Amino acid sequence: MSEQLYHVSSSPHIRSKVTTASIMRDVILALVPSCLFGVYWFGLRALTVLAVSVISCQAAELLYFHISGKKRVRYECSAIVTGLLLGMNFPSTIPLWIPVVGGFFAIIVVKELFGGLGNNFMNPALAARCFLLICFAGPMTSFSIKASSSNIWMGAAAADGLSGATPLAMIKNAGSPTDTLPRLFDMFFGFTGGVIGETSILFLLLGALYLVIRKVISLKIPLTYIFSFSVFVLIANLIKTGTPDFTGIARQLCGGGLVLGAFFMATDYVTCPITPFGKILFGICLGIVTAVFRLFGNNAEGVSYAIIFCNMLVPLLEKITIPAAFGLSKKGGCVNGK
Amino acid sequence: MGKGTFRGGIHPFDGKEISKSKPVTTFLPKGEIVFPLSQHIGAPANSLVKPGDSVMVGQKIAEAQGFISSCIISSVSGTVKIIEPRPTVSGALVESIVIENDNEYKKVPGFNTKKDYTKFSKSEIRTIIKEAGIVGMGGAAFPTHVKLTPKNEDDITHVIVNAAECEPYLTSDYRMMLEEPESLITGLKVILSLFDNAKGVIAIENNKPDCIEIVNDAISPEDKKRICVIPLKAKYPQGAERNLIYAVTGRKINSKMLPADAGVVVNNVDTVISIKNAVCDTVPLIRRIITVTGDAIAHPQNFSVPIGSCYQELIEAAGGFKSTPEKIISGGPMMGTALYNTCVPVTKNSSAILALTKDEVAQKPETPCIRCGRCVSVCPSRLIPQRLQEFSNRFDTESFENNYGMECYECGSCTFVCPAGRQLTQSFKETRKSIIAQRKKK
Repeated sequence: MSEQLYHVSSSPHIRSKVTTASIMRDVILALVPSCLFGVYWFGLRALTVLAVSVISCQAAELLYFHISGKKRVRYECSAIVTGLLLGMNFPSTIPLWIPVVGGFFAIIVVKELFGGLGNNFMNPALAARCFLLICFAGPMTSFSIKASSSNIWMGAAAADGLSGATPLAMIKNAGSPTDTLPRLFDMFFGFTGGVIGETSILFLLLGALYLVIRKVISLKIPLTYIFSFSVFVLIANLIKTGTPDFTGIARQLCGGGLVLGAFFMATDYVTCPITPFGKILFGICLGIVTAVFRLFGNNAEGVSYAIIFCNMLVPLLEKITIPAAFGLSKKGGCVNGK
Repeated sequence: MGKGTFRGGIHPFDGKEISKSKPVTTFLPKGEIVFPLSQHIGAPANSLVKPGDSVMVGQKIAEAQGFISSCIISSVSGTVKIIEPRPTVSGALVESIVIENDNEYKKVPGFNTKKDYTKFSKSEIRTIIKEAGIVGMGGAAFPTHVKLTPKNEDDITHVIVNAAECEPYLTSDYRMMLEEPESLITGLKVILSLFDNAKGVIAIENNKPDCIEIVNDAISPEDKKRICVIPLKAKYPQGAERNLIYAVTGRKINSKMLPADAGVVVNNVDTVISIKNAVCDTVPLIRRIITVTGDAIAHPQNFSVPIGSCYQELIEAAGGFKSTPEKIISGGPMMGTALYNTCVPVTKNSSAILALTKDEVAQKPETPCIRCGRCVSVCPSRLIPQRLQEFSNRFDTESFENNYGMECYECGSCTFVCPAGRQLTQSFKETRKSIIAQRKKK
């Protein structure tokens, strides 16, 4: 018997290079273009909000690990992702203590108290946003940028003389005539009011494209979400006016947090179904719930509530969509025996 | 008809470049030769020799016990030293016949005489295959004569040669196809002579275009009526029986079915060549082709190795280690067995010795599951590995079975892709083993 003993382990003996940390880094990278646009548009004040949000999430995580004595196997950057997504959901004018409260709520209450990474049943950033929206509705929804304060802190938006309301709020407000609405082109590029990270559809889509190329997200959820939302809005539209209003639908798609939510939040691994068909059902539910919230709700916005609502449907959706194994039918019988 | 592929699967680094250009050379062992009596699925063989007996190359030294079992043939000449439990690849001690090699390779009378297989009856061919100790050499080591004796002989429509060789690093089947395409086709014709209604299919992954061409050229125009080459999409685990059958024929089988239930018989390249050797050349299964490779091996090579040789001697024959290996694997990196030491014998289902300087498993510790669903998208059996592991971890065998856990054949794809480094396959192996043990008790 030779002297040396070698490593043994159960097969397989090779591993792919993708790790949790590399996935998180990809998500951060994908969010960077929209964040940079947010900083350009809303000014350095937006950068401060993002930084405070990221730092407080990371601090909350470190604090929780310290207090609870939980050991970390590998650092995986997930708190930074949560912080970034949370920061992108604030208006740039938010008092800075609110992101701090939000960061601690997201990480400690929503994530760690339910078991930490992989065990939270709601998207932490969105749950924190909804919590803050309920508690501090005023500062969370005030988008007014004073035209007089046109300086580097206030960004290009102020120089443009942006009015306070978001395009969705204007659409919601039935009194606004159509010609006062922002142009679709502006909405697509992001030259409108809103929270820091949601306005520029172009840069969000660029980030999403990167994630799709890197195979971090699949398009199943975003596309079914957007599709079912559009169909629902179209139907509501037809019932109401009898003619399809395609510009209206395009405005609904480009306005608010729909694109940010569909590509970056609904696709959150932990809080979406793992089964292939479950993902499709999840997307459909999201579309319908969002449309209901937006069209019939009190708020112009509906994406955040829709996503955390559908997060709670996930265990059920998974349970009813477990696929039959290869060579078996759903009832356990054999298929294609010969 | 099949689509030449299946849903799921992975694309690991294939490592075949290291050894694919090295022709198969014959390796002659120096030390003692060890024949574990159980190197196949089924009942262990019954020893026919006792210590002190002299044996010759080609002599049957252990008899199959029962239907699902296999004979063992001596690969060297010499004297039987002892019959005792010896360590094998799995780490378990197995009763083994140990033969002191006299290095003379004296052969039994009639060894290596040419025969015409068309003169044999079907039952004669099956008996020859059984007596030659042939088992499935792809890895499972299921006795081949059993596979070739299905209940529904006339319903077999396809005899598939599994030439996918989807495991990374392995090049033994690749070399054999390049070097002995005629043997492969003759072997396939022998099998086809057992099944009147079947056509022969040689299924090769499309990352081996040279094999596809050479094997295609070796099929005579007359044989083309019954035999064809089907290229398959290169991905792991294309060579897994269920996926292969689906890729070639479009038929699906599950864990409770045999390939014959779908009208298919599947054999690995080296098995088919061994059948040709046994039936046409009267050479029983005494050697197998082994790839010695990996980034720690000085001169990676493909060897034709007498069964019973020691792994350590093979590594030395390949120039030893050029750098210190951290992990040594018998077989491919996806389904092979890690060895803690290299003093184990070559058995009928050994396929490769892989010495790696890095243990990727140790470098990727288990972290919490983030439910990314990569395991779901790669699983060739369409399972939800993430859920199955939850059931495994809490010993919930009932839910494990209800969620089709027994359909897992442990290909390792889920564990390979898991970004959290979770040992999914390992927990499935344990749970499946305990469920099978429970079933036996009942």
